[in-house]
Amino acid sequence: MSSESASLTVALVGNPNTGKSTLFNALTGLRQRVGNYPGVTVARKSGQCDCGDGIKVELVDLPGLYSLSAASPDEQVVIDALSGHVAGDRRPDAVVVVVDATNLLRNLFLASQLSALGLPVALVLNQADVAQEQGLRIDAELLSARLGGVPVVLASAWKGEGIAAVRRALREALRNQATMPAVVWPALVEAALIEVATQVTADTGQPVTRADVERLLFDSATSVGDRLGWKSAQRDVAIRSAREKVRRAGYNPLAAEPLIHYARLRKILEGVVQGGAGHVNGTAAVDRILLHRILGPVIFAGIMLGMFASVFWLAKFPMEWISEGVDSVKSLVAPLLSGMPMLQSLVTDGIIAGVGAFLAFLPQILILFLFLSILEDSGYMARAAFIMDRLFSWCGLSGKSFVPLLSGFACAIPALLSTRTIEDPKARLATAFAVPFMSCSARFPVYALMCAAFIGPVYGAGWESVAMVGMHCVGLFFAVPTAFVLTRFILKVKPQPFVLELPRYQMPKPRDVLWRMWQNAAEFVSKAGTVIFAITILIWALCYFPRDPQLSARIQAAAPTLTVVEVEARAQSLAIEESWMGRFGKSVQPIFDPCGFDWKITVGVLASFPAREVIVSTLGVTYSIGKGAEADSQHLRQAMKEAKWTAGPRLGQPIFSLAAVLALMVFFALCSQCGPTITTLARETGGWKWAAGSFVYMTTLAWVTATVVYQVVIRLG
Amino acid sequence: MTPLSQLLPGQFGKLSSLDPERAVDQRLMAFGLLPGMSVKLVRRAPLGDPLAIEFSGQVVSLRLAEAQTILIDVSADCPIQRPRTEG
Repeated sequence: MSSESASLTVALVGNPNTGKSTLFNALTGLRQRVGNYPGVTVARKSGQCDCGDGIKVELVDLPGLYSLSAASPDEQVVIDALSGHVAGDRRPDAVVVVVDATNLLRNLFLASQLSALGLPVALVLNQADVAQEQGLRIDAELLSARLGGVPVVLASAWKGEGIAAVRRALREALRNQATMPAVVWPALVEAALIEVATQVTADTGQPVTRADVERLLFDSATSVGDRLGWKSAQRDVAIRSAREKVRRAGYNPLAAEPLIHYARLRKILEGVVQGGAGHVNGTAAVDRILLHRILGPVIFAGIMLGMFASVFWLAKFPMEWISEGVDSVKSLVAPLLSGMPMLQSLVTDGIIAGVGAFLAFLPQILILFLFLSILEDSGYMARAAFIMDRLFSWCGLSGKSFVPLLSGFACAIPALLSTRTIEDPKARLATAFAVPFMSCSARFPVYALMCAAFIGPVYGAGWESVAMVGMHCVGLFFAVPTAFVLTRFILKVKPQPFVLELPRYQMPKPRDVLWRMWQNAAEFVSKAGTVIFAITILIWALCYFPRDPQLSARIQAAAPTLTVVEVEARAQSLAIEESWMGRFGKSVQPIFDPCGFDWKITVGVLASFPAREVIVSTLGVTYSIGKGAEADSQHLRQAMKEAKWTAGPRLGQPIFSLAAVLALMVFFALCSQCGPTITTLARETGGWKWAAGSFVYMTTLAWVTATVVYQVVIRLG
Repeated sequence: MTPLSQLLPGQFGKLSSLDPERAVDQRLMAFGLLPGMSVKLVRRAPLGDPLAIEFSGQVVSLRLAEAQTILIDVSADCPIQRPRTEG
């Protein structure tokens, strides 16, 4: 076997909260590859596992699931992968089933269902240390004997105990090919299964596996029929007739499977598990506090605010280092290319600035994922959903939507990735659609610039803070009705079953937490990075071409008294005015006129579609104070305060009136101006349809709201 | 028979019937909640909904509306959990 052992594939399956990922990390030693399953956004994690004796296998970590009745995309992937129906993947040669040793009955239900696949199995009773603490004594040998001789081992992946035994068990499973005994169905149920199998083969002309037949007979919403190409008219008749047989056996067809499996498992587990009485249930005690009627929400709010604030403030420093680093790279590179102004601008303003703008968000993403991993691994995430569910259920969502929406206040990208925990695809879509409305940290510089320049000095620091907080709420104010309409009338999301396990609390394992954080960040960089890079180059080109190389000389000739620095600033401003972007901005300015935007703001708005934070530097260029403008720059504020309308009915009035300032902030609060968000949305919703919808909807909403704000405020004076 | 939704926190009983046609009940059955089994209402969420229920050593959440059609026999003798009010 060892000669071909490199090509062996083993799948790792188990219920959620069994420590499966920890075991996976321990077995593969972080030599992992992360990809995606074709057509769905479920991550495919695999790694090489050395089983000893020269046997190396590719271990695939399948998403956690409770039962083979597919409810979420994650669960569907497991079923497809185990039966060899994933494009590009072979059917696994063996399965490692990870179960929680403290709750063998519930955990073995999945294992029992898997027995229909006829694959060699190694059974890992994980968290054996906790079982021991609870006073449970488990006879692994007896269990192995009752399960047809499949290797059964006790392990504690968290403590790193029993990992060698798991490797041995895997080797043994591959060598002995021992499978779990299939269920012995009552005669009439067996007859019903055979009837379905015969009918599928007759209708489709293809043989069918026992595992697929069981899904067809017992599940009310399985996709197996579609996969087999079994026409729904034929299917309905055959299934109804077969289910009638199950009914005659005395079982409700939709309850038969758990009833029969659990009855079987009770018999298998007789004498296998002993003791367990009188253990101290620490989790229940902690829940009495964390889920307390008053203390619970208070602690919850504290944790969430703390997390949000940490993401915001902890990330500030690395973000500053990154932007300083980018600036110093720019100043290092620029002189090297001074002979070639076009190339110099491409490299410094296009490539380096683009990469820098993108990297600046990496710290936030890393920190957010760090917190999310800790909350998830500790078991608190399920409690957060439990506490918040009531606030989301009325608009068709569930408590599981809370974390993505909160994360959206830091950055929409990780927030969109975290919607994957939502089972129902429609509820997931509605949540993903609402996420970009949350006021992400990239909007902050815009609010900061506007408030500091125009609200604070005129109305005082109090109103400045009110405006800052208010701007953070604008998106939320529109997101809630949007989600409501979307779930009720457009997607018609059915009320979500909210059956969520509240698992035992556990200390997160640092290695797992850091590893997950790293994997998510790497995925973000590789997937979103390329797109924002491309868009940044495109925007650079639109702002750069066409360019008159004699521009500076022309200005100098027209106004000989200007200093070199002043000429340079004017040249930059004039260059952008004459560029394609400038011309485009001027021609579409009438569209933004009702919002009170002049052509310079319009150019800023247009240039910030790939990444909204670009507005500050673009305004810096168009208001001719030169490059490197910062949100707190005195020069930029001064230049903007002095800016006046030079034509039209508002001639001579300041451009940045209170109405225009508020309109501009509201526009940025609502507008879909983030390339990576759009691409991530497209990827997570499985197509460009929803991403395009989100873009059009948010941008239209932003324009309408900004117009209303401008027109109302200007009339109020 | 009492609907599960009307149990008081800490109260328990034997599962009398659920509706296998409903997705919620199918999920619960996969978790091992089957007729005749002892169920305890652990608590309500701070906002009153959802509920946390305990059966065969695990705690699972469930919405109030979903719990209305799950019937519990509170008079049944449950050997696994002793009532709080005993004695």
